[in-house]
Amino acid sequence: MEEKKIIYKTLNIENIKYKTFLTNKFLLRQQYQKNDLTKITAFIPGKISKIYVKKGRKVKIGDKLLILEAMKMKNDIISSINGIIMQINIKEGDLVTKKDILIELKYLN
Amino acid sequence: MTLKQKTTDLKKRMRDALKGGGSKAIEKQKATGKMTARERIIAILDPKTFHEYDLFVKHAGKDFDMDKKYLPGDGVITGTGILSGHPVCIYAQDFTVAGGSLGWMHAKKITKIMDHALKLKVPLIGINDSGGARIQEGVNALAGYGEIFYRNTQASGVIPQISVILGPCAGGAVYSPALTDFVFVVDKVSKMFITGPEVVKTVLGEEVSMEELGGARVHAEITGNAHFFAESEDECFDQIKHLISFIPWNNEKKADSFPSKPPKTRVFKIDNIIPTDTRQPYDVCDIIKAICDDSEFFEIQKHFAANIVIGFARLGGQTVGFVANQPKVMAGVLDIDSSDKAARFVRYCDAFNIPLVTLVDLPGYLPGIEQEHAGVIRHGAKVLYAYSEATVPKITVILRKAYGGGYIAMCSHHLKADFVFAWPYAEIAVMGPDGAANIIFKNEIKNAENPDEMRKQKIKEYKKKFANPYVAAAYGYIDAVIEPNETRHFLIHALEISNHKTEIRIKKKHGIPPF
Repeated sequence: MEEKKIIYKTLNIENIKYKTFLTNKFLLRQQYQKNDLTKITAFIPGKISKIYVKKGRKVKIGDKLLILEAMKMKNDIISSINGIIMQINIKEGDLVTKKDILIELKYLN
Repeated sequence: MTLKQKTTDLKKRMRDALKGGGSKAIEKQKATGKMTARERIIAILDPKTFHEYDLFVKHAGKDFDMDKKYLPGDGVITGTGILSGHPVCIYAQDFTVAGGSLGWMHAKKITKIMDHALKLKVPLIGINDSGGARIQEGVNALAGYGEIFYRNTQASGVIPQISVILGPCAGGAVYSPALTDFVFVVDKVSKMFITGPEVVKTVLGEEVSMEELGGARVHAEITGNAHFFAESEDECFDQIKHLISFIPWNNEKKADSFPSKPPKTRVFKIDNIIPTDTRQPYDVCDIIKAICDDSEFFEIQKHFAANIVIGFARLGGQTVGFVANQPKVMAGVLDIDSSDKAARFVRYCDAFNIPLVTLVDLPGYLPGIEQEHAGVIRHGAKVLYAYSEATVPKITVILRKAYGGGYIAMCSHHLKADFVFAWPYAEIAVMGPDGAANIIFKNEIKNAENPDEMRKQKIKEYKKKFANPYVAAAYGYIDAVIEPNETRHFLIHALEISNHKTEIRIKKKHGIPPF
């Protein structure tokens, strides 16, 4: 019987290296990223319809930072930390896409 | 009018209705490489067995001048027929009539034939080719979809329901196929999505083509919504005929039995397929083909979650459902997709009296943050649930490795398999030998003069003592350790013995599986 040369990849499970094919889904899986609460990102593409804060202002947990309008809904974006506004990358009326960094904060003790 | 005149009148009415959307619309349909709805039904069914009903149904639209429009058959063809000797109910949406859009009477025709199928206890085949809800009929179009979904659910597990996607199937329409047992798609013809590319673009700013968003390949490979992928409509119809030969008409019957045929052992030599080194891959489909009648294995969801293999074959002429880990892909691990795939198939077989044969060779569950966060716990639990719940004959063969949770999940004795067999090189253990030795002999390895040497020695020791089928056999968790070439014989005997198996369960409304 003619043996075809097949190139397998390696999958390590509990220190055992298995020769096997890997699926596209596995290869394309998203790398895990730690949630960074100092970076306010757009969770959905949309329009910035209002900004409540200015650079240098102190904010507390729960303070409104801006309104992100998407899917016919005005979403209040609030701060998850006590901190200070370091950078504002957007202005009212801007269109943003998913994962855009909108506002950067710094922790304040 | 005389009788003759009346007959002529009937013929004229039929001629008008059978024109469908007219020659222009039909030409357009053909130009895209698609058959018309009636052609499709005739191509699927046995010759001259199709009987059409509700040809003269009129649509119910009153607003937007719809009442002045004539829509032959209201865009859907319904009827009964014979498919490979099996009685079936069938409907096909007619894209040439108002884009196959679903209005109230269109839906009523479909639900009428569905009610028929459920009452007569025969399979239902639905051919979807529709632009979606008929907007002019407003909430009545939505009501129509709802009535269909309700019936899909009532019929689930009672009669086989087959969906064939031969055109667009968008928005609410996709949920009827999703509720049915088997979904067939054809390359470049089938399109399924909840929200189309236009909406995705305007709302999310993401640009994507119809094919990339919800084409046949997407559903066959990535989402798992489709069970069968074909290059052409003709190939798709052959697949439907093939499938029908394996399954019973309803949940009270058994699948047709055929004369027993030996496997093609010249092509598939069972002893030569599996490398004894557990780290080396092979194609588990070859093992199935080396065991089953005529080496004929009808695989389901071939391109989705290929690390587990599911499908129908026959043993001694009787249909069985095979579930097998595929070492060739992802080392055969259980993960989210493969768990979903296997669990649903197990429930299908259980609902339709098809015995289950499980072939085990897996290193366990797939490790990783992505899997854990995507819920591998609740998805993996579906396999445990499905196997534990199943009361059809359950036979398991451990081919090579069965480690950890994977050993339990793959229809072990503990989930009430009726028979568990193991091949002589089976390794049944709580985890792989390397990992186990590292934990058990942690101190010895750490304190040794040459830790690496000691680790190797301890792994070897552990392998010799525990990486075999005899520890499990000593507890009776394995009924027999068998030689690979005896497998078919043992399986056929086990099926014969469990042919009249009945298992009474505690009465309940229904369980709560980890959906």
